[in-house]
Amino acid sequence: MADANPAFTPVNLLTGSLGSGKTTLLRRLLADPALSGTAVLINEFGEVGLDHHLIERIDETVVLLRSGCLCCTIRGELALAIRDLHSRRERGKLPGFGRLVVESTGLADPFPILSTLKADPVLRHHFRAGAVVTTVDAVNGLSQIKVHTESLRQVAAADRLVLTKTDLTDEITIARLLDHVRQINPDAPIIRAGDPVLDAVALLDHGEAAPGSHALPMHHRTCDAVYWSDHGERIRSFVLTVEEPIDWTAFGVWLTMLINRHGDKVLRVKGILNLAGEAAPVAIHGVRYLVHNPVHMTAWPDEDRRSRIVFIVDGIDPDLVRRSLTAFNGLGVQSAERV
Amino acid sequence: MCSLCGVLGGNEHWAEAVARPGVYTRNVDVIERRRERRNRMRIANAILAQFGMALSDWQGSSFLLSTRTGKTEIIADLGHLWPAAERLSGRICDPLALPVIERLERRNG
Repeated sequence: MADANPAFTPVNLLTGSLGSGKTTLLRRLLADPALSGTAVLINEFGEVGLDHHLIERIDETVVLLRSGCLCCTIRGELALAIRDLHSRRERGKLPGFGRLVVESTGLADPFPILSTLKADPVLRHHFRAGAVVTTVDAVNGLSQIKVHTESLRQVAAADRLVLTKTDLTDEITIARLLDHVRQINPDAPIIRAGDPVLDAVALLDHGEAAPGSHALPMHHRTCDAVYWSDHGERIRSFVLTVEEPIDWTAFGVWLTMLINRHGDKVLRVKGILNLAGEAAPVAIHGVRYLVHNPVHMTAWPDEDRRSRIVFIVDGIDPDLVRRSLTAFNGLGVQSAERV
Repeated sequence: MCSLCGVLGGNEHWAEAVARPGVYTRNVDVIERRRERRNRMRIANAILAQFGMALSDWQGSSFLLSTRTGKTEIIADLGHLWPAAERLSGRICDPLALPVIERLERRNG
Protein backbone atom coordinates (compact mmCIF):
# COMPACT_ATOMS: atom_id res chain seq x y z
CA MET A 1 0.00 0.00 0.00
CA ALA A 2 1.30 3.42 -0.93
CA ASP A 3 2.02 6.24 1.53
CA ALA A 4 -1.42 7.41 2.66
CA ASN A 5 -0.51 11.09 2.48
CA PRO A 6 2.40 11.62 0.10
CA ALA A 7 3.83 15.08 -0.61
CA PHE A 8 2.65 14.75 -4.20
CA THR A 9 -0.14 12.28 -4.72
CA PRO A 10 0.11 10.62 -8.14
CA VAL A 11 -2.99 10.97 -10.29
CA ASN A 12 -3.45 8.20 -12.83
CA LEU A 13 -5.66 8.79 -15.78
CA LEU A 14 -7.52 5.71 -16.97
CA THR A 15 -8.80 6.38 -20.43
CA GLY A 16 -9.90 4.53 -23.54
CA SER A 17 -12.75 4.44 -26.02
CA LEU A 18 -16.35 3.89 -25.02
CA GLY A 19 -16.86 0.28 -24.03
CA SER A 20 -13.19 -0.57 -24.15
CA GLY A 21 -13.13 -2.02 -20.65
CA LYS A 22 -11.97 0.87 -18.45
CA THR A 23 -14.35 0.12 -15.61
CA THR A 24 -13.63 -3.61 -15.74
CA LEU A 25 -9.94 -2.88 -15.50
CA LEU A 26 -10.50 -0.40 -12.69
CA ARG A 27 -12.51 -2.94 -10.74
CA ARG A 28 -9.73 -5.46 -11.12
CA LEU A 29 -7.05 -2.95 -10.09
CA LEU A 30 -8.97 -1.86 -7.01
CA ALA A 31 -9.27 -5.47 -5.88
CA ASP A 32 -5.49 -5.61 -5.64
CA PRO A 33 -4.45 -5.10 -2.00
CA ALA A 34 -1.47 -3.06 -3.19
CA LEU A 35 -3.91 -0.36 -4.32
CA SER A 36 -6.04 -0.31 -1.21
CA GLY A 37 -5.12 3.32 -0.49
CA THR A 38 -6.48 4.60 -3.77
CA ALA A 39 -9.15 7.24 -4.27
CA VAL A 40 -11.24 7.04 -7.43
CA LEU A 41 -12.88 9.72 -9.48
CA ILE A 42 -15.21 8.52 -12.20
CA ASN A 43 -16.51 10.68 -15.00
CA GLU A 44 -19.49 9.58 -17.00
CA PHE A 45 -21.10 11.35 -19.86
CA GLY A 46 -24.63 10.07 -19.35
CA GLU A 47 -27.30 11.59 -17.14
CA VAL A 48 -27.35 8.55 -14.89
CA GLY A 49 -23.98 7.37 -13.67
CA LEU A 50 -23.56 3.62 -13.52
CA ASP A 51 -19.85 3.00 -13.60
CA HIS A 52 -19.34 3.78 -9.93
CA HIS A 53 -21.76 0.99 -9.06
CA LEU A 54 -19.86 -1.41 -11.27
CA ILE A 55 -16.59 -1.01 -9.41
CA GLU A 56 -18.29 -2.51 -6.35
CA ARG A 57 -16.71 -0.15 -3.90
CA ILE A 58 -18.84 2.70 -2.72
CA ASP A 59 -17.27 4.82 -0.05
CA GLU A 60 -16.36 8.44 0.38
CA THR A 61 -13.15 8.05 -1.64
CA VAL A 62 -15.15 7.23 -4.76
CA VAL A 63 -16.42 10.37 -6.48
CA LEU A 64 -18.68 10.48 -9.50
CA LEU A 65 -18.70 13.39 -11.94
CA ARG A 66 -21.51 12.98 -14.41
CA SER A 67 -23.41 14.89 -17.05
CA GLY A 68 -20.43 16.10 -18.92
CA CYS A 69 -17.00 15.30 -20.12
CA LEU A 70 -13.96 16.08 -18.01
CA CYS A 71 -11.90 17.47 -20.81
CA CYS A 72 -14.38 20.19 -21.68
CA THR A 73 -17.75 20.86 -20.08
CA ILE A 74 -16.94 19.95 -16.49
CA ARG A 75 -13.21 20.43 -16.38
CA GLY A 76 -13.57 22.94 -13.56
CA GLU A 77 -15.44 20.33 -11.59
CA LEU A 78 -12.49 17.98 -11.86
CA ALA A 79 -10.24 20.48 -10.11
CA LEU A 80 -12.90 21.14 -7.47
CA ALA A 81 -13.50 17.42 -6.89
CA ILE A 82 -9.79 16.71 -6.42
CA ARG A 83 -9.43 19.76 -4.19
CA ASP A 84 -12.31 18.50 -2.11
CA LEU A 85 -10.74 15.05 -1.74
CA HIS A 86 -7.47 16.69 -0.71
CA SER A 87 -9.16 19.01 1.75
CA ARG A 88 -11.10 16.21 3.40
CA ARG A 89 -7.99 14.06 3.59
CA GLU A 90 -6.04 16.87 5.25
CA ARG A 91 -8.80 17.41 7.79
CA GLY A 92 -8.92 13.73 8.60
CA LYS A 93 -12.44 13.38 7.20
CA LEU A 94 -11.30 10.77 4.74
CA PRO A 95 -9.07 7.75 5.03
CA GLY A 96 -5.67 8.67 3.66
CA PHE A 97 -5.06 7.84 0.06
CA GLY A 98 -1.72 7.59 -1.67
CA ARG A 99 -3.03 7.58 -5.21
CA LEU A 100 -5.94 8.94 -7.19
CA VAL A 101 -7.26 7.20 -10.29
CA VAL A 102 -9.41 9.27 -12.64
CA GLU A 103 -11.52 7.23 -15.01
CA SER A 104 -12.47 9.50 -17.87
CA THR A 105 -15.29 9.12 -20.32
CA GLY A 106 -14.43 7.40 -23.56
CA LEU A 107 -14.86 10.75 -25.27
CA ALA A 108 -12.23 12.64 -23.33
CA ASP A 109 -9.05 14.08 -24.71
CA PRO A 110 -6.43 13.17 -22.07
CA PHE A 111 -4.40 16.36 -22.25
CA PRO A 112 -6.81 18.88 -20.68
CA ILE A 113 -7.27 16.53 -17.74
CA LEU A 114 -3.53 16.25 -17.17
CA SER A 115 -2.98 19.97 -17.58
CA THR A 116 -5.61 20.68 -14.90
CA LEU A 117 -3.19 19.24 -12.35
CA LYS A 118 -0.45 21.62 -13.40
CA ALA A 119 -2.62 24.65 -13.95
CA ASP A 120 -4.62 24.60 -10.75
CA PRO A 121 -2.85 26.69 -8.09
CA VAL A 122 -3.75 24.27 -5.29
CA LEU A 123 -3.47 20.94 -7.04
CA ARG A 124 -0.05 21.64 -8.48
CA HIS A 125 1.43 21.68 -4.99
CA HIS A 126 -0.17 18.44 -3.83
CA PHE A 127 -0.68 16.23 -6.86
CA ARG A 128 1.35 15.11 -9.82
CA ALA A 129 0.46 13.35 -13.02
CA GLY A 130 0.98 9.62 -12.81
CA ALA A 131 1.02 7.15 -15.65
CA VAL A 132 -1.72 7.45 -18.26
CA VAL A 133 -3.29 4.03 -18.85
CA THR A 134 -5.29 3.58 -22.03
CA THR A 135 -7.50 0.59 -22.70
CA VAL A 136 -7.73 -0.59 -26.29
CA ASP A 137 -10.54 -2.87 -27.32
CA ALA A 138 -9.11 -5.75 -29.37
CA VAL A 139 -12.40 -6.18 -31.22
CA ASN A 140 -13.32 -2.59 -32.08
CA GLY A 141 -10.08 -0.77 -31.32
CA LEU A 142 -8.89 -0.43 -34.88
CA SER A 143 -12.06 1.20 -36.17
CA GLN A 144 -12.24 3.44 -33.11
CA ILE A 145 -8.69 4.66 -33.65
CA LYS A 146 -9.34 5.25 -37.33
CA VAL A 147 -12.59 7.11 -36.83
CA HIS A 148 -12.31 8.98 -33.53
CA THR A 149 -9.62 11.58 -32.99
CA GLU A 150 -10.00 11.16 -29.23
CA SER A 151 -9.21 7.45 -29.45
CA LEU A 152 -6.09 8.20 -31.43
CA ARG A 153 -4.98 10.80 -28.89
CA GLN A 154 -5.74 8.48 -25.99
CA VAL A 155 -3.44 5.85 -27.51
CA ALA A 156 -0.76 8.42 -28.30
CA ALA A 157 -0.80 9.85 -24.76
CA ALA A 158 -0.60 6.47 -23.04
CA ASP A 159 2.24 5.43 -20.77
CA ARG A 160 0.71 1.96 -20.61
CA LEU A 161 -1.65 0.33 -23.07
CA VAL A 162 -4.00 -2.38 -21.89
CA LEU A 163 -5.40 -4.60 -24.59
CA THR A 164 -8.88 -5.77 -23.63
CA LYS A 165 -11.31 -8.35 -25.01
CA THR A 166 -8.53 -10.39 -26.59
CA ASP A 167 -10.57 -13.53 -25.87
CA LEU A 168 -13.30 -12.29 -28.23
CA THR A 169 -11.20 -12.08 -31.36
CA ASP A 170 -8.41 -13.89 -33.17
CA GLU A 171 -4.66 -13.34 -33.12
CA ILE A 172 -4.61 -12.01 -36.70
CA THR A 173 -6.99 -9.19 -35.78
CA ILE A 174 -4.97 -8.49 -32.66
CA ALA A 175 -1.72 -8.41 -34.63
CA ARG A 176 -3.24 -5.96 -37.11
CA LEU A 177 -4.44 -3.75 -34.28
CA LEU A 178 -1.06 -3.87 -32.53
CA ASP A 179 0.63 -2.91 -35.76
CA HIS A 180 -1.49 0.26 -35.89
CA VAL A 181 -1.08 0.96 -32.19
CA ARG A 182 2.68 0.65 -32.44
CA GLN A 183 2.76 3.17 -35.26
CA ILE A 184 0.96 5.66 -33.06
CA ASN A 185 2.71 4.89 -29.79
CA PRO A 186 5.90 2.92 -30.24
CA ASP A 187 7.15 2.92 -26.69
CA ALA A 188 4.32 2.32 -24.20
CA PRO A 189 4.37 -1.22 -22.80
CA ILE A 190 1.32 -3.21 -23.91
CA ILE A 191 -0.34 -5.42 -21.35
CA ARG A 192 -3.13 -7.88 -22.08
CA ALA A 193 -6.01 -7.50 -19.68
CA GLY A 194 -6.69 -11.20 -20.03
CA ASP A 195 -3.36 -12.14 -18.48
CA PRO A 196 -4.01 -13.91 -15.20
CA VAL A 197 -1.40 -11.86 -13.37
CA LEU A 198 -1.73 -8.11 -13.53
CA ASP A 199 0.82 -6.09 -11.59
CA ALA A 200 -1.36 -3.16 -10.58
CA VAL A 201 1.44 -1.09 -9.10
CA ALA A 202 3.71 -1.55 -12.12
CA LEU A 203 0.81 -0.58 -14.36
CA LEU A 204 0.13 2.68 -12.55
CA ASP A 205 3.54 3.72 -11.29
CA HIS A 206 5.11 6.52 -13.13
CA GLY A 207 8.72 7.38 -13.76
CA GLU A 208 8.77 10.09 -11.10
CA ALA A 209 8.09 7.51 -8.45
CA ALA A 210 10.44 4.99 -9.89
CA PRO A 211 13.12 6.67 -11.99
CA GLY A 212 14.41 3.41 -13.35
CA SER A 213 11.11 2.79 -15.08
CA HIS A 214 12.01 5.43 -17.64
CA ALA A 215 14.26 2.82 -19.09
CA LEU A 216 11.15 0.85 -20.02
CA PRO A 217 9.96 2.69 -23.07
CA MET A 218 13.19 2.73 -24.97
CA HIS A 219 12.98 -0.77 -26.31
CA HIS A 220 11.55 0.38 -29.61
CA ARG A 221 14.51 2.52 -30.41
CA THR A 222 14.66 2.23 -34.11
CA CYS A 223 11.06 2.69 -35.04
CA ASP A 224 10.15 5.50 -37.37
CA ALA A 225 6.55 5.21 -38.44
CA VAL A 226 3.88 7.30 -40.08
CA TYR A 227 0.23 6.71 -39.39
CA TRP A 228 -2.53 8.32 -41.42
CA SER A 229 -5.83 8.28 -39.63
CA ASP A 230 -9.13 8.34 -41.48
CA HIS A 231 -9.70 11.88 -40.28
CA GLY A 232 -6.60 13.19 -41.96
CA GLU A 233 -4.20 13.32 -39.07
CA ARG A 234 -0.69 12.29 -39.89
CA ILE A 235 0.56 10.77 -36.68
CA ARG A 236 4.21 10.07 -36.82
CA SER A 237 6.49 8.53 -34.27
CA PHE A 238 10.22 8.74 -34.48
CA VAL A 239 13.26 8.42 -32.31
CA LEU A 240 15.77 11.21 -32.25
CA THR A 241 19.22 9.87 -31.45
CA VAL A 242 21.79 12.49 -30.54
CA GLU A 243 25.45 11.53 -30.46
CA GLU A 244 26.79 14.67 -28.76
CA PRO A 245 26.05 15.41 -25.10
CA ILE A 246 23.04 17.66 -24.73
CA ASP A 247 23.26 21.02 -22.99
CA TRP A 248 20.37 21.07 -20.53
CA THR A 249 19.82 24.81 -20.72
CA ALA A 250 19.84 24.88 -24.49
CA PHE A 251 17.49 21.90 -24.48
CA GLY A 252 15.11 23.72 -22.10
CA VAL A 253 15.05 26.80 -24.32
CA TRP A 254 14.45 24.61 -27.36
CA LEU A 255 11.72 22.40 -25.95
CA THR A 256 9.79 25.27 -24.34
CA MET A 257 9.89 27.11 -27.66
CA LEU A 258 8.84 23.99 -29.56
CA ILE A 259 5.87 23.19 -27.38
CA ASN A 260 4.76 26.79 -27.20
CA ARG A 261 4.42 26.83 -30.98
CA HIS A 262 3.62 23.19 -31.71
CA GLY A 263 2.32 21.79 -28.41
CA ASP A 264 -0.97 20.71 -29.95
CA LYS A 265 0.99 18.63 -32.46
CA VAL A 266 3.58 17.15 -30.12
CA LEU A 267 1.36 14.42 -28.76
CA ARG A 268 4.14 12.96 -26.74
CA VAL A 269 7.84 13.38 -26.09
CA LYS A 270 9.76 10.99 -23.94
CA GLY A 271 13.38 10.14 -23.70
CA ILE A 272 16.64 9.81 -21.88
CA LEU A 273 19.28 12.49 -22.27
CA ASN A 274 23.02 12.30 -22.01
CA LEU A 275 23.66 15.72 -20.51
CA ALA A 276 26.97 17.51 -20.87
CA GLY A 277 28.97 17.18 -17.66
CA GLU A 278 26.70 14.57 -16.08
CA ALA A 279 27.49 10.92 -15.59
CA ALA A 280 23.93 9.64 -15.22
CA PRO A 281 21.12 10.25 -17.69
CA VAL A 282 18.07 12.41 -17.19
CA ALA A 283 14.62 11.27 -18.30
CA ILE A 284 12.14 13.69 -19.79
CA HIS A 285 8.46 13.17 -20.44
CA GLY A 286 5.82 15.42 -21.90
CA VAL A 287 2.31 15.28 -23.32
CA ARG A 288 1.54 18.19 -25.60
CA TYR A 289 1.92 21.44 -23.62
CA LEU A 290 2.64 19.61 -20.40
CA VAL A 291 6.18 18.60 -19.51
CA HIS A 292 6.81 16.70 -16.32
CA ASN A 293 9.74 17.50 -14.09
CA PRO A 294 12.85 15.78 -15.41
CA VAL A 295 13.95 12.69 -13.53
CA HIS A 296 17.56 11.97 -12.68
CA MET A 297 18.14 8.32 -13.32
CA THR A 298 20.67 6.51 -11.21
CA ALA A 299 22.27 4.69 -14.13
CA TRP A 300 22.04 4.07 -17.85
CA PRO A 301 19.68 1.25 -18.80
CA ASP A 302 22.20 -0.23 -21.24
CA GLU A 303 25.57 0.33 -22.88
CA ASP A 304 24.27 2.95 -25.29
CA ARG A 305 25.24 6.41 -24.01
CA ARG A 306 23.50 8.43 -26.70
CA SER A 307 20.48 10.58 -25.99
CA ARG A 308 17.31 9.02 -27.33
CA ILE A 309 14.05 10.90 -27.55
CA VAL A 310 10.81 9.38 -28.77
CA PHE A 311 8.45 11.86 -30.42
CA ILE A 312 4.86 11.21 -31.39
CA VAL A 313 3.77 14.12 -33.53
CA ASP A 314 0.95 15.15 -35.76
CA GLY A 315 2.19 16.51 -39.06
CA ILE A 316 5.66 17.66 -37.98
CA ASP A 317 8.70 16.86 -40.08
CA PRO A 318 11.21 14.75 -38.06
CA ASP A 319 14.15 16.12 -40.03
CA LEU A 320 13.28 19.67 -39.00
CA VAL A 321 13.04 18.58 -35.36
CA ARG A 322 16.44 16.90 -35.65
CA ARG A 323 18.09 19.90 -37.31
CA SER A 324 16.50 22.35 -34.93
CA LEU A 325 17.61 20.49 -31.79
CA THR A 326 21.15 20.13 -33.15
CA ALA A 327 21.30 23.84 -33.95
CA PHE A 328 20.00 24.86 -30.51
CA ASN A 329 22.34 22.42 -28.78
CA GLY A 330 25.22 24.18 -30.50
CA LEU A 331 24.47 27.19 -28.27
CA GLY A 332 25.36 25.19 -25.17
CA VAL A 333 28.18 25.90 -22.76
CA GLN A 334 30.68 23.49 -24.26
CA SER A 335 30.10 24.91 -27.71
CA ALA A 336 30.40 28.46 -26.38
CA GLU A 337 33.69 27.62 -24.65
CA ARG A 338 35.01 26.06 -27.83
CA VAL A 339 34.36 29.31 -29.68
CA MET B 1 10.52 35.88 -0.41
CA CYS B 2 12.95 38.73 -0.79
CA SER B 3 12.26 41.16 2.07
CA LEU B 4 13.48 44.10 0.03
CA CYS B 5 11.22 43.88 -2.96
CA GLY B 6 8.67 41.26 -2.00
CA VAL B 7 9.59 39.04 -4.87
CA LEU B 8 8.92 35.37 -4.39
CA GLY B 9 11.75 32.91 -4.83
CA GLY B 10 12.38 30.71 -7.82
CA ASN B 11 9.58 28.80 -9.44
CA GLU B 12 8.98 25.24 -10.39
CA HIS B 13 9.06 25.25 -14.15
CA TRP B 14 10.65 22.05 -15.36
CA ALA B 15 13.38 23.85 -17.27
CA GLU B 16 14.53 25.63 -14.09
CA ALA B 17 16.11 22.49 -12.74
CA VAL B 18 19.86 22.35 -12.82
CA ALA B 19 21.02 19.18 -14.46
CA ARG B 20 22.19 17.53 -11.30
CA PRO B 21 20.47 15.37 -8.70
CA GLY B 22 19.13 17.19 -5.69
CA VAL B 23 19.15 20.68 -7.15
CA TYR B 24 15.42 21.08 -7.51
CA THR B 25 14.96 23.15 -4.39
CA ARG B 26 15.48 26.84 -4.69
CA ASN B 27 17.55 27.44 -1.56
CA VAL B 28 20.66 25.48 -2.35
CA ASP B 29 23.57 25.95 -4.65
CA VAL B 30 23.01 29.65 -5.18
CA ILE B 31 26.15 30.28 -7.23
CA GLU B 32 25.41 27.42 -9.56
CA ARG B 33 21.87 28.69 -10.00
CA ARG B 34 23.10 32.20 -10.84
CA ARG B 35 25.54 30.80 -13.37
CA GLU B 36 22.69 28.79 -14.84
CA ARG B 37 20.51 31.92 -15.07
CA ARG B 38 23.23 33.77 -16.94
CA ASN B 39 23.66 30.87 -19.30
CA ARG B 40 19.92 30.65 -19.85
CA MET B 41 19.78 34.33 -20.76
CA ARG B 42 22.75 33.95 -23.10
CA ILE B 43 21.12 31.09 -24.99
CA ALA B 44 17.65 32.65 -25.04
CA ASN B 45 19.14 35.91 -26.30
CA ALA B 46 20.82 34.12 -29.19
CA ILE B 47 17.33 33.15 -30.34
CA LEU B 48 15.46 36.29 -29.28
CA ALA B 49 17.90 38.49 -31.21
CA GLN B 50 16.49 36.99 -34.39
CA PHE B 51 13.15 38.50 -33.43
CA GLY B 52 14.51 41.86 -32.26
CA MET B 53 14.16 41.13 -28.56
CA ALA B 54 16.42 40.69 -25.55
CA LEU B 55 16.16 39.06 -22.17
CA SER B 56 17.78 40.46 -19.04
CA ASP B 57 17.80 39.55 -15.38
CA TRP B 58 15.33 41.09 -12.97
CA GLN B 59 16.19 40.83 -9.29
CA GLY B 60 17.67 37.40 -9.73
CA SER B 61 14.19 35.96 -9.69
CA SER B 62 12.50 36.88 -12.94
CA PHE B 63 13.45 38.14 -16.36
CA LEU B 64 12.74 41.27 -18.35
CA LEU B 65 11.85 40.68 -21.95
CA SER B 66 12.24 43.81 -24.10
CA THR B 67 11.80 44.75 -27.71
CA ARG B 68 13.94 47.30 -29.54
CA THR B 69 11.10 49.78 -29.32
CA GLY B 70 11.07 49.50 -25.54
CA LYS B 71 8.06 47.28 -24.99
CA THR B 72 8.89 45.33 -21.86
CA GLU B 73 7.34 42.51 -19.90
CA ILE B 74 8.39 40.67 -16.76
CA ILE B 75 8.39 36.95 -17.19
CA ALA B 76 8.86 34.28 -14.57
CA ASP B 77 10.39 31.45 -16.53
CA LEU B 78 10.90 29.82 -19.91
CA GLY B 79 7.32 28.62 -19.89
CA HIS B 80 6.18 32.22 -20.05
CA LEU B 81 8.96 33.44 -22.32
CA TRP B 82 7.73 32.33 -25.71
CA PRO B 83 4.07 33.33 -25.44
CA ALA B 84 5.27 36.75 -24.20
CA ALA B 85 7.85 36.98 -26.99
CA GLU B 86 5.22 36.30 -29.63
CA ARG B 87 2.85 38.78 -28.05
CA LEU B 88 5.41 41.59 -27.74
CA SER B 89 7.01 41.14 -31.13
CA GLY B 90 3.85 40.26 -32.99
CA ARG B 91 5.82 37.50 -34.68
CA ILE B 92 5.73 33.73 -34.57
CA CYS B 93 8.72 32.29 -32.72
CA ASP B 94 9.04 28.88 -34.31
CA PRO B 95 12.14 26.77 -33.62
CA LEU B 96 11.29 24.65 -36.66
CA ALA B 97 11.26 27.62 -39.04
CA LEU B 98 14.06 27.19 -41.56
CA PRO B 99 15.39 30.78 -41.26
CA VAL B 100 15.75 30.31 -37.49
CA ILE B 101 17.55 27.00 -37.89
CA GLU B 102 19.78 28.23 -40.71
CA ARG B 103 20.89 31.32 -38.78
CA LEU B 104 21.81 29.16 -35.81
CA GLU B 105 23.66 26.72 -38.05
CA ARG B 106 25.67 29.59 -39.52
CA ARG B 107 26.35 30.93 -36.03
CA ASN B 108 27.51 27.54 -34.81
CA GLY B 109 29.74 27.20 -37.86
